[in-house]
Amino acid sequence: MLNHCFLCRNEDLKEMLESSKESLKLEAMKRIVGLIAKGKNASELFPAVVKNVASKNIELKKLVYVYLVRYAEEQQDLALLSISTFQRALKDPNQLIRASALRVLSSIRVPIIVPIMMLSIKEASTDLSPYVRKTAAHAIQKLYSLDPDQKEHLIEVIEKLLKDKSTLVAGSVVMAFEEVCPDRIDLIHKNYRKLCNLLVDVEEWGQVVIIHMLTRYARTQFVSPWREDAVFDENSEKAFYDSEEERRVDQSKPYIMDPDHRLLLRNTKPLLQSRNTAVVMAVSQLYWHLAPKHELSIITKSLVRLLRSHREVQYIVLQNIATMSIQRKGMFEPFMKSFYVRSTDATHIKTLKLEILTNLANEANISTILREFQTYVKSQDKAFAAATIQAIGRCATNISEVTDTCLNGLVLLLSNRDETVVAESVVVIKKLLQTQPSQHSDIIKHMAKLFDNITVSMARASILWLMGEYCEHVPKIAPDVLRKMAKTFTSEEDIVKLQTVNLAAKLYLTNSKQTKLLTQYILNLGKYDQSYDIRDRTRFIRQLIVPNEKSGALSKYARRILMAPKPAPVLQSAFKDRDRFQLGTLSHSLNSQANGYLELSDWPAVAPDQSVRIVEVVEPAGAPVFGKSKPGKSDEKFYSDSEEEEEEEEEGSSSEDSSSSSSSEESESESESEENSDDSNKSSSSQSDSEKKKKTLKNKKLQQQKPDSKDRYWSHAVTKFFLMHIVLSFSNQFVANCRCSLLCLYVFLVCQFDTVSWHVRVSLQASSPVFVPETSRELLHRMTGKGLSAQYRFTRQPCIYGNSMVSLQLTLSNSSDQALENIHISEKSSTGRDIHRFNASGGLRPQASVTVSMGVDFNDSTQAANFQLCTKEDEFSVSIQPAVGELLLPITMSEADFTKEQTILSLCSEIVVFPLN
Amino acid sequence: MIHSLFLVNASGDIFLEKHWKSVVSRSVCDYFFEALERATEPENVPPVIPTPHHYLINVLRHRIYFVAVIQSEVPPLFVIEFLHRVVDTFQDYFGVCTEAAIKDNVVVVYELLEEMLDNGFPLATESNILKELIKPPTILRTVVNTITGSTNVGEQLPTGQLSVVPWRRTGVKYTNNEAYFDVIEEIDAIIDKSGSTITAEIQGVIDACVKLTGMPDLTLSFMNPRLLDDVSFHPCVRFKRWEAERILSFIPPDGNFRLLSYHVSSQNLVAIPVYVKHNISFREGSSQGRFELTLGPKQTMGKAVESVLVSSQLPRGVLNANLNPSQGTYTFDPVTKLLSWDVGKINPQKLPSLKGSMSLQAGASKPDENPTINIQFKIQQLAISGLKVNRLDMYGEKYKPFKGIKYMTKAGKFQVRT
Repeated sequence: MLNHCFLCRNEDLKEMLESSKESLKLEAMKRIVGLIAKGKNASELFPAVVKNVASKNIELKKLVYVYLVRYAEEQQDLALLSISTFQRALKDPNQLIRASALRVLSSIRVPIIVPIMMLSIKEASTDLSPYVRKTAAHAIQKLYSLDPDQKEHLIEVIEKLLKDKSTLVAGSVVMAFEEVCPDRIDLIHKNYRKLCNLLVDVEEWGQVVIIHMLTRYARTQFVSPWREDAVFDENSEKAFYDSEEERRVDQSKPYIMDPDHRLLLRNTKPLLQSRNTAVVMAVSQLYWHLAPKHELSIITKSLVRLLRSHREVQYIVLQNIATMSIQRKGMFEPFMKSFYVRSTDATHIKTLKLEILTNLANEANISTILREFQTYVKSQDKAFAAATIQAIGRCATNISEVTDTCLNGLVLLLSNRDETVVAESVVVIKKLLQTQPSQHSDIIKHMAKLFDNITVSMARASILWLMGEYCEHVPKIAPDVLRKMAKTFTSEEDIVKLQTVNLAAKLYLTNSKQTKLLTQYILNLGKYDQSYDIRDRTRFIRQLIVPNEKSGALSKYARRILMAPKPAPVLQSAFKDRDRFQLGTLSHSLNSQANGYLELSDWPAVAPDQSVRIVEVVEPAGAPVFGKSKPGKSDEKFYSDSEEEEEEEEEGSSSEDSSSSSSSEESESESESEENSDDSNKSSSSQSDSEKKKKTLKNKKLQQQKPDSKDRYWSHAVTKFFLMHIVLSFSNQFVANCRCSLLCLYVFLVCQFDTVSWHVRVSLQASSPVFVPETSRELLHRMTGKGLSAQYRFTRQPCIYGNSMVSLQLTLSNSSDQALENIHISEKSSTGRDIHRFNASGGLRPQASVTVSMGVDFNDSTQAANFQLCTKEDEFSVSIQPAVGELLLPITMSEADFTKEQTILSLCSEIVVFPLN
Repeated sequence: MIHSLFLVNASGDIFLEKHWKSVVSRSVCDYFFEALERATEPENVPPVIPTPHHYLINVLRHRIYFVAVIQSEVPPLFVIEFLHRVVDTFQDYFGVCTEAAIKDNVVVVYELLEEMLDNGFPLATESNILKELIKPPTILRTVVNTITGSTNVGEQLPTGQLSVVPWRRTGVKYTNNEAYFDVIEEIDAIIDKSGSTITAEIQGVIDACVKLTGMPDLTLSFMNPRLLDDVSFHPCVRFKRWEAERILSFIPPDGNFRLLSYHVSSQNLVAIPVYVKHNISFREGSSQGRFELTLGPKQTMGKAVESVLVSSQLPRGVLNANLNPSQGTYTFDPVTKLLSWDVGKINPQKLPSLKGSMSLQAGASKPDENPTINIQFKIQQLAISGLKVNRLDMYGEKYKPFKGIKYMTKAGKFQVRT
């Protein structure tokens, strides 16, 4: 009957779906979604629902999607009807429609459409919209779970998407990477620095995934910063440079952190301030697993802050703190009071706090902690009170000063009214007594007296064991206890029975006169016990202690076996072995390996090749700015600016910054700015060219990083520095935005006098030019050049040919009607300027043009460089006169740094400071 | 990542299920129910429960368990944080997050869950984006929708998701432009028997309600930013600026949001605004106990202490309490043994007190512990740490907004041991 009703209603829904009225259809879909939510089966409506997949009504369409994704797996054939709609939508000009089509298409778990999915993913991964690419990254995981055979193809897509520079994509593709090919660490190398730099701007969920992945990556690529002999001290700049100098001088190789390692630590640190608890935890575990020990303390505050959050968050955070506090007490000791238990905490929170307090206990604070524990013992929550007693026991064994105090306190608890408290005390006292039994026979006697009133089996068993073990200390009481046990033996719990048998055996060996009969009686009872454990034990004990002809040599040693001195148990934290798991993971939380847990590898003894992370070729500015966001373009521009600022400031503030990592940052932001300015006319060759320059520059900087003892630095540099700063107003918009954010982008241009090297202070990082003019100036007119014309422009890139050179781009074109052969710069240049000539180009066909790059050392003067431009037949004198700005190197520094430099430099007569305005 | 979500009410019924990957049978929740049965209190259910093939991660909010089903390794906080975000979103949309509200709006709930996760990975969790995608239900809209047949789903495609300021929707317009900030501080404290402070700390938040047209860029500065020891920000706050200048600079989301939460450095002594005089005793051998409680203001900087609520879990042996409040009302639940006393405002001239006797179970021995007293209170127009906002400026837009800052101090976990 009910079934019938249900069918009726479904009929009714079917009718509504087939009606022509949108509102009826929508109503029907809403009711169907209600059914799905309740977990009712609505699969038979599939044909009626799937017809509406192409509906114009957005809400209706969305609800149909919900239905489709839920039931497609069950109704595979019918689901295929909808595929063409999605395929069409994948070509829609609107990115959001493309994305949602891919989302639903990839969620339909029908194996037959795997090839279609694969194709769509590949296509979407090159989509212009980052949002669609993000969806593609999600789809990768879906397809992988549907058909793991596609792995190889999917890895290709992942590789492509990993190169993506959009913050939208980063989190999702790393997620796909983790799921599909977490072992392909080689795919990360080239993207490592980019991911580090993008991290702050990725959405919070992506941050968590990326941080976890980078933690694993770093453990395979860098050497351990925890070396015993590491004299490395981050806080003192001096030590850093000394150590580096040392390396150069005597090759003794003290530990020096890989700049990439440092980059990761530096870029994750601000995320400790995230509102998302998962992000904070992720950064904390990253620091725990990767940072030098002395830097760990910065995570403490943030972790303690998380304790203010929801109960479940507290639970996980406390678990992690418990593991940390075993290894490093000092980290959390100042925050001990944050772990004080409140009566309103849930029991598992209380127990964890107790665990941490116990871990933190030391000679200095033990009295405070014990006083706190005293209140806990009285708690109404008896499970918690019992746990407190355990904790007191642990404190007592760990800190010998308080053992006696604790023991006395526990004995007092034996008269507590609550049974669980008494039982727990007995168990703990038993463990404590084992360490020093002889002094405490009165406690054992006291416990024997309590024995009749205790019903908790664990406690009874503990007392029996104590009696047996130390029967020599209580020779009169022990046989009496055994007598009582013989009476109640049958009604005891197994654990108590086992200990009774033990007690009997031990007494038999030490005091057989009094206990022989009792023992035999108990052994007989044990022989017919229901539990075979006890029957086994009885049989074993009988053979061991009662001499007969069958018992072998062993019974001679019975006394030595049973009465052997037993080592005292070590009371240790339940979190002791949890550090085998990466912190913050599910496995750590459960203390057992979860599915898909990825082991954190040990540090390599020798760091693998660092150069793998150097990015050689930046992809042409293919990752586009999407057209849709045109109205919001000003914000975008603004935002990317502030991003740059952030990076710059960071560079300025972190004094131990090493230039190679930062230069990679620059190349990153630079390539982004290239993207933004959208230089379509830049040929890709010139780009890779400039890229090469950057790379060499980077290497040079590495070589030239000089010790930064201040005196030496200034003696070299003061006279050679020529510092000026110029604010470039790129556009009004930018200036306005600068004002908004009140953070100006300072562009400092430093000109170098010295030809040997540039003494760049670590805080002064050459940054990328923010604006490169496209206009070229004429070098040689085609009339004077007999058909050969030449134009030059300053690329404002560091010159690859020499530090002191300025790089130039020369465009040679042939406007004559004959080919020009062997165009080159003559060997003798008239002004004695050092010129790096371009390679003599073979020939220039009529109407063709070629772009070459060259370097000129202007010797820091604005005097023109004169030289001869030669062809096979002719020689033309030309000259290049640089504007002063072209001789300068852009430097970014914080305002504070700038003022500092300015005051120092103002003492020097050669300095010209261009005021900001 | 997150495979499925089950919503379980207080009586242990699953009233909603949602799957993001292939369907997981609801029988997986049996493991959860087992844990629920074992737990003495609803809060005592462990947040992470392993089962043979899945892992269940649950959070309890508003007496509803949100049980997420996980199949493989994932940071548990990731899931927990997300589930709390889900609850916050529901609360944001429906005003309350109850079983009834969720059942009434099951379609919106489903649409939300669909947008929030894709294949178990969070997609859109920002309230501003979600509201662009799915409009929150209002009575008016429900009426209009039923008449006209229009929908809750936004007709426009959301642009926020694509912008670089993903937390703010575009094209915001208001006739009255206003920005209000509430500085709310909570005192967490444990006071011992003798009235001395065992531990006390101040945690604060700044909640904002910003209704400003366009793309405003705000800066908020403090008179004494050094007070803030540890802070966490809404993603909109520019961290570098804070590091360098201790100024909050941000493009705010539209509507209500939490801008900042902070912890006041523990070096500063915390002023405790109330004191409690208590005398709770049980005599051996008698079935009566004495109960006396008096509250008084301590360091309140001249402000009134309001909305005072005292609650205490009395020992299990207490059968009933016969008390006499000098002001306010009290209730005692003989089943849960929870005593609560709604005091209201503390008048310094006439201190509120609650006196009387408790009857104990006949024959039961004297309880060995005294109950802990939890106190809640509010003090308006005072930030107990002394934190003060210096100024609030707006850039990027032409109009003059209304600005307002409100201070309040509340009791957080404020316990007095007796």
